[in-house]
Amino acid sequence: MAAVATPPAPPVSKSVPAPAARHPRRVRPGRLAINLVLIAVSVLYVLPLLWMLLASVSDTNSFRLTWPSALTLDNFDAVLNVDTTYRPMLNSLLLCGFGTAVTVVASVLCAYPLSRYRSRVRRPFLYTILFSTGLPITAVMIPVYSMFVQVNLIDSMPGTTLFLAASALPFGIWLMKNFMDGVPIVLEEAARSDGANTMQVLWRVVLPLMRPGVVVVTIFTFIGMWGNFFVPFILLLSPEKLPASVSVFTFLSAHDQTQYGQLSAFSLLYSLPVVMLYLLLARKLGGGFALGGALKG
Amino acid sequence: MTTLAPAPPGTGGHPRRSRGAPAPAVRSLLRGLPTVPAVVLLAVFLAGPIAYCVYYAFTDMQLTGAAGTHFVGVDNFTRAFKDTDFLNAMWLTLLFVVGSAVIGQNTLGLALAVLMQKATQPVRALVNGVVIAAWVLPEVVAGYLMYAFFYDQGSLNSLLDAVHLPDQNWLYTMPILAVCLANVWRGTAFSLMVFTAAINDVPQELVEAAEMDGAGPWQRLWRVVLPVIRPSILTNLMLITLQTLSVFGLIYTMTRGGPGNKSETLPIFMYQQAFQNSLIGYGTAIALVLLVVGALFSVVYIRLLKLEDD
Repeated sequence: MAAVATPPAPPVSKSVPAPAARHPRRVRPGRLAINLVLIAVSVLYVLPLLWMLLASVSDTNSFRLTWPSALTLDNFDAVLNVDTTYRPMLNSLLLCGFGTAVTVVASVLCAYPLSRYRSRVRRPFLYTILFSTGLPITAVMIPVYSMFVQVNLIDSMPGTTLFLAASALPFGIWLMKNFMDGVPIVLEEAARSDGANTMQVLWRVVLPLMRPGVVVVTIFTFIGMWGNFFVPFILLLSPEKLPASVSVFTFLSAHDQTQYGQLSAFSLLYSLPVVMLYLLLARKLGGGFALGGALKG
Repeated sequence: MTTLAPAPPGTGGHPRRSRGAPAPAVRSLLRGLPTVPAVVLLAVFLAGPIAYCVYYAFTDMQLTGAAGTHFVGVDNFTRAFKDTDFLNAMWLTLLFVVGSAVIGQNTLGLALAVLMQKATQPVRALVNGVVIAAWVLPEVVAGYLMYAFFYDQGSLNSLLDAVHLPDQNWLYTMPILAVCLANVWRGTAFSLMVFTAAINDVPQELVEAAEMDGAGPWQRLWRVVLPVIRPSILTNLMLITLQTLSVFGLIYTMTRGGPGNKSETLPIFMYQQAFQNSLIGYGTAIALVLLVVGALFSVVYIRLLKLEDD
């Protein structure tokens, strides 16, 4: 469940005041030293990313991090065609778009009774959901493959979409239920006394009030699916059905020795949507979105 | 494994009986109705395969010619525990999980979160930005970048050359270390976010009181902050263990489990047995082992969380 996530906490300036000079035996590392250590870690972190950026606009192929002698967009030109980029990206969009839609709709529906009604099965149900969020989906793929072979769903985009949706569901339901718990029930009761039925209450009252929560679940589900490699790698076979996560892999093995520039350009294009979505998520919901609920239970 | 079956759809499985009156039962049934799509999806696509998994693990099913599938009892498991390649995969998985998750991601995430409290704002933003960027990247792209980084002619070796340290053909001589570091690079953001949130929740009065009593920064960290965020540390350990246990794409992109089987963790071994050696039954038995390990961690995780309401 790679999608399990907490957002970055808002920058809080709670830093402890400067140390008192009363305790000379405790030499506290200065702010400067801490900053330097953190910058060093950041440099190590950024090197691989920088390499991808430079390799994509460089006219030479090398794994070494070097400043390109000339900047060029040739690598992007070379990959921006139907077979390399457009079709795999479209496939990713179809798989993840529909998969996310199914996950979000099913988890909204499922979260509602879990959040609103008490019943004997509620607790075991919630535990089952929570338990499923922890199961390694990787391990399920071999039996899923056998099952898909038997029901003739191998190499089927809809089948793969539904499996992706199902695998994202436990976390989606769990998050959605936590967000829904935050919507006060009083407003619902008012709507009900005006004669609204459950679906109307859910659609007209509850969902508008938890829109940020729905956005969070949608974006996180989508990001998780967009990067998913193993599921489509196992369930899809035809080259023309492969999403970007698998096509970049085949590209990687086929062009091993020479095409680092093109591979980097493609990797950049393929990563762009999720990076943008994440930025949108972080900016739009700022410090306010406490996905922490996912961890705190 | 019966506990893996999905819960009964809504209240449909156990209608509430209050002295024979049908109305409450019907009402609970109606209330449970919205859960049906989710329950059907989970039953068909998750519980189904898991049940299949349990069954296949005891057969000799092969990729070609499913007609000849026989029930073979625990043969797959006795075979696995005698198979040096399987034991190798178990050992490498343990190394990978302990090295990259429990030690790597957890410690680095905690260290960064603690240090960031005292850093200046731009540095804090920088660390957050780059660490999260590595986390948001798709798995295969991360694998490709890490391959390039650890490659013989790659950035790491140029860096080592620059500071006159001996370089290594990382992917060849110590591939498991390379994939561990790659997983630390990719996954630390999660721990960092968990710990940053947890540290921000530590009551400031506690820290200040400790400081009044003369506790230095280390003592404040060891005696005040760490004990307070202990639940978050445990939860984080469970979650990153589960995530790391099922890492496939990253390792497969970097080394495909090789050279030989020097970075072949359980998911890679499982994949190779099932698809390259066409031994679906054997591969499924390995999947079942992986599932059971994951399930155990999942149970501990749930125990740590405890649903607080009802």
